[in-house]
Amino acid sequence: MTEPAPTAAAPRKLRFHVLRHDPRDPDSVPHVEQFELEEAAGMTLFIALNEIREQLDSSLAFDFVCRAGICGSCGMVVNGRPGLACRTLTKDLPTDISLAPLPAFELIADLSVNTGKWMRGMSERLETWVHSLEQDPDLRRIEAKMDPDLADRIYELDRCIECGCCVAACGTARMREDFVGAVGLNKIARFALDPRDQRTDADFYELVGNDDGVFGCMTLLGCHDVCPKSLPLQTQIAFLRRKMARTGLG
Amino acid sequence: MKVIYTDVLVIGGGLAGLRMAIGARRRGHDAIILSLVPPKRSHSAAAQGGMQASLGNVVKGQGDNEDVHFEDTVKGSDWGADQQVVRMFVNTAPKAVRELAAWGVPWSRVRQGDREVIINGQKVTITERGEAHGLVAQRDFGGTKKWRTCYVSDGTGHAMLFAVGDQAIAQGIPVHERKEAIALIHDGSRCYGAVVRDLITGELTAYVAKATAIATGGAGRVYRVTTNAVICEGIGAALALETGVAALGNMEAVQFHPTGIFPAGILVTEGCRGDGGLLRDADGHRFMPDYEPEKKELASRDVVSRRMEEHIRAGHAATSRFGQHLWLDITLLGRKHIEHNLREVKEICHYFLGVDPAEQWIPVRPAQHYTMGGIRTNHTGQSPTLRGLFAAGEAACWDMHGFNRLGGNSVAETVVAGMIVGEFIADFCESAKGDLDIPTALIREAVEAERARLDVLLHGGGTERADAIKIEMQQTMTDKVGIFRTGTDLEEAVHRLQGLLVRSRNIGLRHKVDGPNPELVTAYRTQKMLKVALCMTTGALARTESRGAHFREDFPARNDAAWLRRTLAMWRDPGDTLPCLTYEPLDVMGMELPPGWRGYGAKNYVDHPDTPRRAAEVAGVREQMKDADRHAVQAAVMPYEHLLPERFRGRNERIDEKLP
Repeated sequence: MTEPAPTAAAPRKLRFHVLRHDPRDPDSVPHVEQFELEEAAGMTLFIALNEIREQLDSSLAFDFVCRAGICGSCGMVVNGRPGLACRTLTKDLPTDISLAPLPAFELIADLSVNTGKWMRGMSERLETWVHSLEQDPDLRRIEAKMDPDLADRIYELDRCIECGCCVAACGTARMREDFVGAVGLNKIARFALDPRDQRTDADFYELVGNDDGVFGCMTLLGCHDVCPKSLPLQTQIAFLRRKMARTGLG
Repeated sequence: MKVIYTDVLVIGGGLAGLRMAIGARRRGHDAIILSLVPPKRSHSAAAQGGMQASLGNVVKGQGDNEDVHFEDTVKGSDWGADQQVVRMFVNTAPKAVRELAAWGVPWSRVRQGDREVIINGQKVTITERGEAHGLVAQRDFGGTKKWRTCYVSDGTGHAMLFAVGDQAIAQGIPVHERKEAIALIHDGSRCYGAVVRDLITGELTAYVAKATAIATGGAGRVYRVTTNAVICEGIGAALALETGVAALGNMEAVQFHPTGIFPAGILVTEGCRGDGGLLRDADGHRFMPDYEPEKKELASRDVVSRRMEEHIRAGHAATSRFGQHLWLDITLLGRKHIEHNLREVKEICHYFLGVDPAEQWIPVRPAQHYTMGGIRTNHTGQSPTLRGLFAAGEAACWDMHGFNRLGGNSVAETVVAGMIVGEFIADFCESAKGDLDIPTALIREAVEAERARLDVLLHGGGTERADAIKIEMQQTMTDKVGIFRTGTDLEEAVHRLQGLLVRSRNIGLRHKVDGPNPELVTAYRTQKMLKVALCMTTGALARTESRGAHFREDFPARNDAAWLRRTLAMWRDPGDTLPCLTYEPLDVMGMELPPGWRGYGAKNYVDHPDTPRRAAEVAGVREQMKDADRHAVQAAVMPYEHLLPERFRGRNERIDEKLP
């Protein structure tokens, strides 16, 4: 099982069109800058952007951490679509590649946005932690049991990496600054599913039973299309809306 | 000048840092966490396969307990670990899993009845017990006698990090994101906090605290090929080193993970082999049983990585346009298992290799993975030489991994050390030793010194390029300080790194802005990373033996007589180009498990003169107490429970070991 020899075709010249701006610099005006790079085998946007920074412009700002598609740092708009840059292979893109920061988040500079601040605010508002009456369980004792399928279903929703792509792809988030986004609604669905969290539907209604919550969603479902973890956002939002409507009417 | 005062300053927002802050906060102390990135993006999230804790819920874990976990960990460390610290760890790990379960981690659970698993390449049916149904499940990992690794599919670190991160938010602990500590404030005997740079604005702030805790993770990025995230640059270790007072322990102990995908070096979890995956060569031959008939693919990581490189050298590698590699075959686990229990692996293979691991083999080669060494602390997590400085997790050497860490013991260490050290930090803050009495001149001078250093980089007219120096350092480490080491290579590496360090003092920038300036960040970090790399390399050159992950081809035997001791590296003067190495002996006469053969790897070691005496002593106690329960025997051989914070003492309940 040895890989066939590479074909002799000349590597492509890639043209990157990067939206640049430093909001702290009074002289900075948002503009698109062009960089050219020769494509290499297995090149990702992580590799390409670092090469641009090393060889062409040492000031270019962007964020990567794990570069393995698991930490959610590198969300950006690639040819019009929000996604994780680190695991986007250039071979899957045309020769002209446009890169822009995720909208809806505070811009730090160039491709770097402050998703951390947004996510912390969302977590504080929605109290995205297990609310348990038992504050200090006896750690020496055998843990409480949980149905294995339920644990798997919770993990399915727990896989969110807070990359912000769903918020960037959301019509409501662009109109309503305080909309909690699919990321927030998914978290509510996750904690509502978890029997360790003793909050009731009425409690959750207080958090998302309004237009900044589940009733703000216009079901455009850009979130579902772009989620890098393929979370079942469409189902969860629909489920939550029905549940909250029932709670609100009840 | 801006100064922020708090009780506890935690540097690093990964699992260890978060858990320490929560511990201190719950005892009523204010804590601030500094983090380069939003904490949920920390490298803790990359831990896939799981955390070891001897719950013994699955049938293949039956009979597991702290004693077995202890023995596996000490053997894994090649007797380099502090055995009392290992005891503290193994006794707290089950409590950590249970705490995390209460905090919402969706641990994968045991399902009663028959299930098919792959063991040693064969399909085997095992039957899980009814009484275990719904309890936290365990999987097999390398270097362990029992199935002990608790997991959440293969997103364990992610699930843990989000649960603990959300707990920190619930406790109202502020996280100052995109802030980087660039120097510790100290007077030569007491640490008072840190000078911190805002990565967005460039502003410097002094953070002054009773206790300062470093939890910045490992230093993998001093290597060119590493599984580590790009922020794992050893900066926390460098901050401690640059005090000239705190020491780094065993920096030459660097782990290479057998299955980095080739060539990107991205990790695929040990769970692949734990769940039954095999390593194959160019001919499709499963080669590990030829080298390690006992543990095969599941020997410890240092051993498997060495055997893989040995096999490549013997001419059995597959080749691609990027070079030589071997194959990881998980096709035999079946699509259902892969899509359920190894889904991150599946995604990584899909996106980075274009490979479907249920159908195709995965190209792999060992890559730098873990820094066993770190800031030397005592069992409380405090530096023995710089009061008020604490460290935990991969950044620390407290020292539970010795010269090789077992898979599943790192993410476990982050939370366990966070729990334990968090309590000791709270004790410290409540004691007279924690009283803060700092001259403001010290704060001002520390900030001024850092301002001056940055100004030299920005405007000093230096001519060296930071990224070029960094890449040369990384290449040197990967080429010369890797899995197989020789005196000649290491001497050359020391020489090159020294040259780079001197050149790094003449770095100049093309982009001279003090705000969000990635080039400036690379510049000051490269200067620090070189010092860490030099500690690793000089330590490796001086250690003329092979132990755990440190393998010297010119000294292939483990030499307990000469080298049963921990390396301590200090940087006495900022102008130096080499660290100063001293050694701290490990006391064989205090060991619960005297040195011997690990049960895998080469059987090649020279005994310490005390070993036979201590072995006889321990055997005598065991014989005398053969009717006593295991806890009493353990306490007679090597007492440790008094070392634990009171909150975390006590036995752990299991299905087969009920508590009254």
